[in-house]
Amino acid sequence: MTGRIRWLESLLVHAVLLGATAFALYPVLWVLSLATSGAPWLEPRLWPWPVDPTLTRFVEVVGPSPDGRWLFGRQLAGSLLVSGATALVCLVLATPAAYAMSRFDFVGRGLTERTLLATQMFPGVAAAVPLYLLLDALGLIDTRTGLVLAYATSAVPFALFQLRATFDAIPRELDEAALVDGASRPVAFWRVVLPAARPGLAVTALFAFLTAWNEFALAATFLSAEERFTLPVVLHRYAAEHGARWDLFAAGAVLVSVPPMILFYWLQRHLVSGWTAGAIKG
Amino acid sequence: MTSTRVGGLALALLLVPAPVRAEQEVVLWHAYGEVESRGLREAVAAFERAQPGVRVRLLAVPFGAYASKLESAIGAGHGPDAFIDAHERLPSYARMRLIAPLPEPGLAVRLDLDPRHIEAVSIGSQLYGLPLALKSAALWVNEALLPVVPTTLEQLERAAVPPGHWRLVWEAENAYYVAALVHAYGGRLLSPDGRFELQGPAAERAVGHVARLIERGVSPPEADGDLVRQLFGSGRAAAAISGPWLAGDVPPSMRVRVEPLPAVEAAAGAPMVPYLTVEAGFLARGARQPELALALLRFLATAPGSLPRALTGRQIVASRAAWEDPRLGAEPVLVAFRQASVRALPMPTHRHMRQVFEPAARALRAVLRTGVEPGRALADAARQFDDAVRPPPGPRNPAPLLVALGLGLLVLLARAVRAARQPRWRAALRASLPAYRWVAHALLAVGLLVVAPLLAGAVTSLFVEVGEERRFVGFAHYVDILTGRGRGLLSAGSFWVTLGVTVLWTAINLALHVLLGTALALLLHRPALRLRPIYRVLLVVPWAVPNYVTALAWKGMFHRQFGAINALLEWLGGEPIGWFARFSTAFAANVATNVWLGFPFMMVVALGGLSAIPRDLYEAAALDGASRWQTLRHVTLPLLGPTMLPAVALGAIWTFNAFNVVFLVSGGEPGGSTEILVSEAYRWAFTRGHQYGYAAAYAVLVFGVLWLGSRFARRRIGQRGAVS
Repeated sequence: MTGRIRWLESLLVHAVLLGATAFALYPVLWVLSLATSGAPWLEPRLWPWPVDPTLTRFVEVVGPSPDGRWLFGRQLAGSLLVSGATALVCLVLATPAAYAMSRFDFVGRGLTERTLLATQMFPGVAAAVPLYLLLDALGLIDTRTGLVLAYATSAVPFALFQLRATFDAIPRELDEAALVDGASRPVAFWRVVLPAARPGLAVTALFAFLTAWNEFALAATFLSAEERFTLPVVLHRYAAEHGARWDLFAAGAVLVSVPPMILFYWLQRHLVSGWTAGAIKG
Repeated sequence: MTSTRVGGLALALLLVPAPVRAEQEVVLWHAYGEVESRGLREAVAAFERAQPGVRVRLLAVPFGAYASKLESAIGAGHGPDAFIDAHERLPSYARMRLIAPLPEPGLAVRLDLDPRHIEAVSIGSQLYGLPLALKSAALWVNEALLPVVPTTLEQLERAAVPPGHWRLVWEAENAYYVAALVHAYGGRLLSPDGRFELQGPAAERAVGHVARLIERGVSPPEADGDLVRQLFGSGRAAAAISGPWLAGDVPPSMRVRVEPLPAVEAAAGAPMVPYLTVEAGFLARGARQPELALALLRFLATAPGSLPRALTGRQIVASRAAWEDPRLGAEPVLVAFRQASVRALPMPTHRHMRQVFEPAARALRAVLRTGVEPGRALADAARQFDDAVRPPPGPRNPAPLLVALGLGLLVLLARAVRAARQPRWRAALRASLPAYRWVAHALLAVGLLVVAPLLAGAVTSLFVEVGEERRFVGFAHYVDILTGRGRGLLSAGSFWVTLGVTVLWTAINLALHVLLGTALALLLHRPALRLRPIYRVLLVVPWAVPNYVTALAWKGMFHRQFGAINALLEWLGGEPIGWFARFSTAFAANVATNVWLGFPFMMVVALGGLSAIPRDLYEAAALDGASRWQTLRHVTLPLLGPTMLPAVALGAIWTFNAFNVVFLVSGGEPGGSTEILVSEAYRWAFTRGHQYGYAAAYAVLVFGVLWLGSRFARRRIGQRGAVS
């Protein structure tokens, strides 16, 4: 291939990616524009530039609460704790199980798989009340533990399928070689297979984190102490029945989407390392 | 195992000690926005000063979760001592026994509250709450554009305004506001015995009048509360019909006044009469501190507890004594709203009242957006209303079902015993034991916290709640749904039509998600691509921003008059489109939003899958002299397939059940035609009178459809696998 064609092709690739990026960002820029405009705009507009830009709304959302405490800081920390713990608990629950489903043949495996798939098919519309009663019976209502357990378990089915597919793509020879070398099954799993499964683990962790990070309905129903509210609950309070403050809601939403993006930026190096790199290290 | 120990540690760290309740603490819940919250906080602080040793814990609950939170929390004994809500919800709260009557029926009279307001929060002779604040609409006038206040709607229609300005901005698609005009024409929304009455000549003339206002450019189309506030607040409207909460959007430099709603010449000069909502403090059932809670409510209903709510919270307080305070007299806007409230009609307290709004709004949108004739639209609305409030099915005998279940269990048990006696099976089980150690904790957790609540939810589909009684109705809900509730199988909104829409919705979305996600992942995976980390992060932005907000942003982009998409169309030389007036365009708007929301997930999964493909395979292909197209077809895609399959299968299921986009973007418009099965289920559960049993039956049917679909898909994939 000549240099000129290569150059043209690279240009085309960047053009497509820029187009996709524009598509991805355009509605978000409207949200940002709503959050930073000091005055309402009323002409139909094509470009989401803020009118009379201001940052006061961010200050208002983040600033201290009326009683002088910095509630937003506690709620942010609480949200990070809940979402991080959800990702962790979900991985702890799903990874060994997915490994077993990939490597062992056992009685009930098919049934397990079908049940897990079935849980995703069932709309949760009537399950919130039973879940509330269940967590209540376990003494976990209005605790972060209860919320983490509810989120983590609801993310487990996806995690199991995703990780199982990841493990399936890792050759069995890899763990068998470790077993031949005298490693036990858990050691082979921990030292050899897990490092090779990093892309799948990263995707799963991101998924579980976001499941918890953006969830509103369960958090609003289960939590009754303001300092434990997660950020979606805090933001939804701006959508009051009368006098909703969409500008504040938009500002909060922009802030709320920063941590997942930082997380993704950090996780993406795991998305690129293939299993060969892990195998050499193991 | 190390991993479980780490998990246990994490759990231990999370265990927060249960909050210690002070002896004298009283909990009050509300769903107020910012300004009203501030006023309430001040009032509560005054109460705390007056009652040393008592602490009030105020909780602002998001309005969207208020009713369901009250229901589950009070039912389980974790509710507040008292809460504030609108009077028209009283009958359903009383029916669900979430509130207790106040111990002293004459209390409200003793506090010198208005008898009309007392009646609104009473059932028969029992007083259930203390009126705190009033909500009703009035006419906001921008004096710069309208120096002479019009006394009739027609005068306002004829008023001269500069180009680009509106004469009257209001939510013309919201039955709450349109009711004022219906009342002027002598109609009403609900009869005292709970029948839908927004039909007949008076209603049709009122709705026809609304349509004329939009046609003639007096009022803007597709106006929601936000647009009303923006237009009036920016001085682009001569008048607005809204409540006191509009004050927050009026800049201090604007000269405004508030007047009662005008009279209507076409209705023989009768005045527009808005609805009045009385917000009351209710005593929750199971309150831990009922005396203190009552003392708090009493304080809030008297002048000292009302003044901060009025002066700071901008509420129209119900206390008559508070209005004698000169500080309140110096607030012209508040005084005007109080006068408007005197003429307002208290919203009927029949429990069917809340079922009127959804069908009425649909009818209004059909008339205003699609040009449907008012009589036909309102007749449709009446049918939808009758559907929502139809009497519950009669009780059935659960014995046959229990016997069948018992027999089924026996057969299963017998088969299990027979299998257990076979040595081959026992050997297989023994060989499986090591594997169980790896899966047991996950299955236990999912079984307890996911499967059990879902099963419990499924069981509710066999019941109906009549007040506090839970009645077994067998499969009546299923029969009802599958037969189109007595109308045609293929009538609008029937299960079968909605199923077709849902399948179309799933297929189109999934195809676009996978195509876009995989294509972008392949581009991003190219070696030596510059700016890769930047692209990758920017492309996941749609997944990171809370979708509640972005879905509403998309809805705004599709607005007929102010949306960016129509601006783009016009810029390109096209004609603006009423996106939510036709099925095809409304459906397309939903799909665009959902594709935007969903492609980053597929892209991330594909990226993970691509990097898991061993590099040596590419090297081998290159050595074999394969072209890049051949490498893509024979190496990349076949190896990417298996890792993508779970995401695609789950993506199909999630899209099938993605109700929030439909809910937030098209809202089912036009006429509920873009509704999918699961959004129907949510409507039955939350906007049509909490018919959980009926919603659960929808959920079970959705499950059944997906189950059959997955069996079918698996067989097809299996066949193809066998062929290749």
